[in-house]
Amino acid sequence: MSTADLFETTTGSLRRRRAMTDRLVTGVIWAAFAATLVPLVWLLWVVVSKGLPSIDGNLLTHDMVQRLDPTTGKLQAGGGLEHALYGTLLVTLGAVAISVPIGLFTSIYLVEYGGRSRVARTITFLVDVMTGIPSIVAGLFGLALFTLIFGVGTRMGIMGSIALSLLMIPTVVRSAEEMMRLVPNDLREASYALGVPKWRTIVKVVIPTALGGIVTGVMLAISRVIGETAPLLVAVGAAEAVNRNLFDGRMMTLPVFIMTQYGTATPEGYDRAWAGALLLIAIVMVLNLTARLISLIFAPKTGR
Amino acid sequence: MAKSIDVSDVNIYYGDFKAVEGVNMTIRARAVTAFIGPSGCGKSTFLRTLNRMHEVIPGARVEGKIAVSGQDLYDSAVDPVEVRRMVGMVFQRPNPFPTMSIYDNVLAGNRLNSRKLKRPDADDIVERSLRGANLWNEVKDRLNKPGMGLSGGQQQRLCIARAIAVEPQILLMDEPCSALDPISTAAIEDLIHDLKDRYTIVIVTHNMQQAARVSDDTGFFNLKAAGQPGHLVEFNPTKKMFTNPDNESTEAYISGRFG
Ligand SMILES: Nc1ncnc2c1ncn2[C@@H]1O[C@H](COP(=O)(O)OP(=O)(O)OP(=O)(O)O)[C@@H](O)[C@H]1O
Ligand SMILES: [Mg+2]
Repeated sequence: MSTADLFETTTGSLRRRRAMTDRLVTGVIWAAFAATLVPLVWLLWVVVSKGLPSIDGNLLTHDMVQRLDPTTGKLQAGGGLEHALYGTLLVTLGAVAISVPIGLFTSIYLVEYGGRSRVARTITFLVDVMTGIPSIVAGLFGLALFTLIFGVGTRMGIMGSIALSLLMIPTVVRSAEEMMRLVPNDLREASYALGVPKWRTIVKVVIPTALGGIVTGVMLAISRVIGETAPLLVAVGAAEAVNRNLFDGRMMTLPVFIMTQYGTATPEGYDRAWAGALLLIAIVMVLNLTARLISLIFAPKTGR
Repeated sequence: MAKSIDVSDVNIYYGDFKAVEGVNMTIRARAVTAFIGPSGCGKSTFLRTLNRMHEVIPGARVEGKIAVSGQDLYDSAVDPVEVRRMVGMVFQRPNPFPTMSIYDNVLAGNRLNSRKLKRPDADDIVERSLRGANLWNEVKDRLNKPGMGLSGGQQQRLCIARAIAVEPQILLMDEPCSALDPISTAAIEDLIHDLKDRYTIVIVTHNMQQAARVSDDTGFFNLKAAGQPGHLVEFNPTKKMFTNPDNESTEAYISGRFG
């Protein structure tokens, strides 16, 4: 039988039907894609159009402290969100500094040492439970912890960092664990066979090979917590002035700033709230792009 | 300085599963010893006990005594990491480090152990090792390109270069040529001949001609039945093994009448 005979068995009508099915499914997929894209584009459009006009030098360099205006002689708020920007960046940085080491070491234990032991299974279970902690509960934990140690009424940025790190740790553990499990065992064995001890193999072979994915996971965890409002409101409170010290007093953060400004129900308040929202989205986007770049740089290289 | 290996009454387990049983042999220094046998009879398993790589598998353990120049490898005072520095290994599947360039892959044994090298010394080691593995001419213009960008056969030679770069005293090779073309295979066999002067070499191969060509001694492993542990059937000088073996099944296997 020649190949021509083989192909002739596909009749014209069958071929037409296949082509139609193909077009139909392609259409459905595009429609689904568009349906997910519409809310996203809409949201971005609303935030940009409402937030962009009010972002200027004044907004970025002033806080909300009431000061005497020399020309009018009246008390006037600074009208900026510098304090919230500092607060969000510092509190989030604190959360990263707490959750990345803990999360990374936990996942190293789970992948390289734990095996199927009871301890490892317990940790995995607890991490899963942690994933489900409502953020307000994390905030209350941060508050309760410091109230116990330093007394009622304590407010510090670091309390917010601890609350956020509770929310970040499960994401970091899970993503780092997954990425390290993807590192082929052959590489570990190649390293052992060269007389490299286990800990060096982990530090110099396993983690570098998985680094791109680990960084992406950390960035995703940050994106998840950077917009959290409730735990920060509970644990860090709100403030009018710039506070660059994580260990002393209340701090303003962008989500809380947006909330309080929106709560003023004044045109200026609305403007500032939208500007804050836009900045928050911009920060998350920059983080995501950085993550892409980093994972691109550290991705295992296969090019010739 | 090459060293001999004395193996006595070795049993090897994966958890409860006994994979290899009752092995006794003496692997001579400055000689090539080949292991042959059907798939699954435990050649790789046994080879991996010679540099304590077997125990990195959870639940895996070894009974018996393996002594290198009189020193028991499995003595509780012996650090497995030190054993692996002395006994190099080339695996069945090539496994270059994906995050490293060709250059860094060759130096991995030094770099991963944070041994500082001066640039000229490092260059020298890289060139010598790559020449030794017959890869130098193909990669000398792209030493800084990723090791994963090489073909499978080139990757395997890169792994051989990586193993000899740390100058071990014993070199274990698990079917090092199974991914190579005849020309590279011939090059590796020449390399084995050269290395024999300085190293003790143990090679697993499925290729009878290769065993006959490169080795001085040959060990034949076999399974009594499926699910049973593998065992060493015969260990003799290669010449004798291929002309006048002691055991019938050895002759059957070597001549291809196996069943
Ligand atoms: N990691 C492992 N866990 C459990 N059993 C294993 C493991 N690796 C190998 N085995 C078993 O040990 C026995 C010997 O395997 P081994 O890989 O040593 O065979 P081999 O002689 O090298 O075969 P081949 O020629 O196919 O490479 C086999 O029954 C195999 O199923
Ligand atoms: Mg094998």
